[in-house]
Amino acid sequence: MLSYAFRRLLSTIPVLWIAVTACFFVLRLAPGGPFDGERSLPPAILQNLAAHYNLDKPLIQQYLFYVGDLLRGDLGPSFSSEDFNVAQQIMIGLPYTFTLGMTAFLLAIVVGVAVGCLGALYQNKMPDYMLGAMILVGVVFPNFLIAPILQLVFGIQLAWLPVGGWGDGSLKFLVLPVIVMALPHAGRISRITRGSMIEVMNQNFIRTAKAKGIGPRLTVMRHALKPAMMPVVSYLGPAASYLLTGSLVVETIFGLPGIGRYFINAALNRDYGMVLGTVIFYMILIVFLNLLVDIVYAWLDPKVRNR
Amino acid sequence: MTTNTEKEVLLQLKDYSITFKTPEGDVKAVSNMNLTVRRGERIAIVGESGSGKSQTFLGIMGLLAKNGQTSGQALLEGRDVLALKPRELDKVRGKDMAMVFQDPMTALNPSLKISRQLTEQLEIHRGFTAKAASVEALDMLKRVGIPDPERRFNLYPHELSGGMRQRIVIAMALLTKPKLLIADEPTTALDVTIQAQILDLFNDLTAEMNTALLMITHDLGVVAGLADRVAVMYAGRIVEEAPVDELFENPAHPYTAALHAAIPRPDQDVDDLVVIPGRPPNLQHLPKGCNFSPRCPKVQDGCIDRPPQLETLAPQHCAACFHPFPRREELLTHA
Amino acid sequence: MILNPAKRELLAAELLEAEGLSPEGRSLTKDAMRRLCRNKAAVVSMVVLTLLILAAFLGPYFIPHNYEDPDWAAFRSPPSWEDGHYFGTDPNGRDLLARVLYGTRVSLAVAFVATLVSVVIGVLYGAISGYFGGRLDSIMMRFVDIMYALPYILFVILLMVIFGRNVYLLFAAIGALEWLTMARIVRGQTLSLKHREFVEAARASGQKPLKIITKHIIPNLVGPVVIFAALTVPEIIATESFLSYLGFGVQEPLTSLGTLISEGTNAMENMPWLLIFPATFLVALLLSLLFIGDGLRDAFDPKDR
Repeated sequence: MLSYAFRRLLSTIPVLWIAVTACFFVLRLAPGGPFDGERSLPPAILQNLAAHYNLDKPLIQQYLFYVGDLLRGDLGPSFSSEDFNVAQQIMIGLPYTFTLGMTAFLLAIVVGVAVGCLGALYQNKMPDYMLGAMILVGVVFPNFLIAPILQLVFGIQLAWLPVGGWGDGSLKFLVLPVIVMALPHAGRISRITRGSMIEVMNQNFIRTAKAKGIGPRLTVMRHALKPAMMPVVSYLGPAASYLLTGSLVVETIFGLPGIGRYFINAALNRDYGMVLGTVIFYMILIVFLNLLVDIVYAWLDPKVRNR
Repeated sequence: MTTNTEKEVLLQLKDYSITFKTPEGDVKAVSNMNLTVRRGERIAIVGESGSGKSQTFLGIMGLLAKNGQTSGQALLEGRDVLALKPRELDKVRGKDMAMVFQDPMTALNPSLKISRQLTEQLEIHRGFTAKAASVEALDMLKRVGIPDPERRFNLYPHELSGGMRQRIVIAMALLTKPKLLIADEPTTALDVTIQAQILDLFNDLTAEMNTALLMITHDLGVVAGLADRVAVMYAGRIVEEAPVDELFENPAHPYTAALHAAIPRPDQDVDDLVVIPGRPPNLQHLPKGCNFSPRCPKVQDGCIDRPPQLETLAPQHCAACFHPFPRREELLTHA
Repeated sequence: MILNPAKRELLAAELLEAEGLSPEGRSLTKDAMRRLCRNKAAVVSMVVLTLLILAAFLGPYFIPHNYEDPDWAAFRSPPSWEDGHYFGTDPNGRDLLARVLYGTRVSLAVAFVATLVSVVIGVLYGAISGYFGGRLDSIMMRFVDIMYALPYILFVILLMVIFGRNVYLLFAAIGALEWLTMARIVRGQTLSLKHREFVEAARASGQKPLKIITKHIIPNLVGPVVIFAALTVPEIIATESFLSYLGFGVQEPLTSLGTLISEGTNAMENMPWLLIFPATFLVALLLSLLFIGDGLRDAFDPKDR
């Protein structure tokens, strides 16, 4: 198990290296970048840029500095802020984004798996139809539609919850954003769980478990759940990506001071440094999340560990 | 050897039927079956695919598909298991009656260790602690002939061969010392060389533990080596029942005789293989008379009017046929 | 044994016939079409979709106002029958109905082009990877796996930031997002197809690989490709709306449903109609496409439920 984890870790290195190198060249090629006299940026920023990018040195040295900086966690200067560089801006936004993302992720898994299991065990009865409805709403309505509707209903008309902002950080500010983020994934996860559960319950080893008289609770919880979760875990990798992109919209609509909102503002203002830096950060994050997912998958399915 | 009547009755099937409801109509997989199994007895149930031999016992274990319905009674030590609620049935299956299935490659849970799959029954049915259960399970592994059991105890099923998996499945079934062991074609999916070993295992262990054995098979060779008594099934009914030697010497029902004749012999020419003509019965449209009549070489007018009942032809030997084959001694005396 | 070309074609045709496929690769069966028509949700959706398409492309010729000229007499006015602003007007006095229809047209156009791009790339990539197999396949699929895991939309945004907000770039970028899954499906199908007898026969008689791929394999992929394309279209529309909503999609004076919804959200307290109408159109579009896609999938592969 450990050796599998280690091997997977090693395999992420080439991926990251290629991605990072690609970003290096993108920055050099981009029109309006620091290497392009066309754009007029404030002098303080130009100074930061020049200092950071060592434009007078040969390309290979620039590249080495670039990689070295990345390894130290320095993502370069921002084009729109002279006081904070990219890494610092990300750090400021990180706790908010992390809280939002993690909560939504966990909520989606718990609700999705629970509803999916119920749908599988009580096929074509009430829980199954609830499932269908939840999937439909969550998957079809884009999050930028659900958000304003919920804001209108719960924030303005009923005034139960705040319409946006982080406020004092208390729970009520999180409720709407987390629901909007989690809903589409809860829907998809429950659909996957349902299908998978139905398939697993028809397997021969479940028949053996039943024949042993261990009872329905253990049969489902101990024998069926683990194998049934495999497709769900496979989905979690891409799900992390989608959650990330979802956070862009959710943070913008609800006015939450997370990385997503900084990113969007930077993109609209053509702040390449910030945009590129954030993309690199997100990429590294996603690669590691996928690594985690692979490890969890190997725990569920012992056959994978020897590959 | 004690005679059969001296041993206690363990399982009794009375007027037992199984019907499957399908969109195309009802399918009667088993019709009005009667069978008695005594403690420690070895009975072989013989039949082709579709004869209902597996469904009969899946039914008493409560493992039928959702559209299957049982009727009649299945008395295990006097208790009708068909009438038990699910929770009560769970106390019986895996404990007093156990089942071993055909395909060892899919019978075990691929994501749980062998140890977990073996000990859970002991913990649930007999209240063992985890430690005590492990000890007992390891001991059973030795008895079923797994080499180096301590190492294999913590492995996953896919790390073991088919033969070993089947041994583990057998170990699992016998751990709680059940009174009845049902084995559904346990050797069909295995190599010929392993088959003999597994059959010996069944032989030895059930004898040791005085467990009654119900061996479901389509292979008469398996029957010969293992059974005390044989019940032959066709289209959901028992058509002949006899002690094993008697069945081989004097097969009475034409179907049984055909099965005998169809056993290939090593010195036989390929062109001479005997087959049973006709097609397997359609369980949705069974004939009015004898189920075997469409394929029977001895069919006569009376056979298609009403179904034959089991008639006793000799001590403990009965057959459901209007024109059974005569016994060898009768042939000899008539010669 | 050397087959002459005419005999080879005949043999291939016979083998295909036996497998229920025809030499031209028509594997859509009448059965599937019949099943589709029995699916009520799918049929209703097809009607709705057709109406939406007609409205989007022909509608603007029939309504009194156009989408970009402000009506100085009616700013921010709610829907009304008399002044011809059936959906009301926006803060700039522009007629909402016209804008919604126009926006739908843009969304559909993007979806069509992007789907085409993703189908072409995906099919070629998947077929080549599946057919040649071996190391090439491993490398190609590894690439797909890696791409799958990365947050594509971020790259699209990055590209948009750098290279400007060109509508055509948008089409291509979105299409480039979706080809991955198409490639995987096509590769899977190719793997199972390439061992069928008619492909072996073609190979044995010396046909060049590219010809085999284009003449035998690709025509038989039509079924799954059509299904997947139908399922991708709603995703593409959603993605384009997402980008437009954030401000990265189509630019003024062009508009799309995403942009309209963004404008509507900002004003929803006072002018709810600005949100409701574009939202309804978007949801109707997505729902109908979803049901059609599901219906197609059930029609071709009923056990997939």
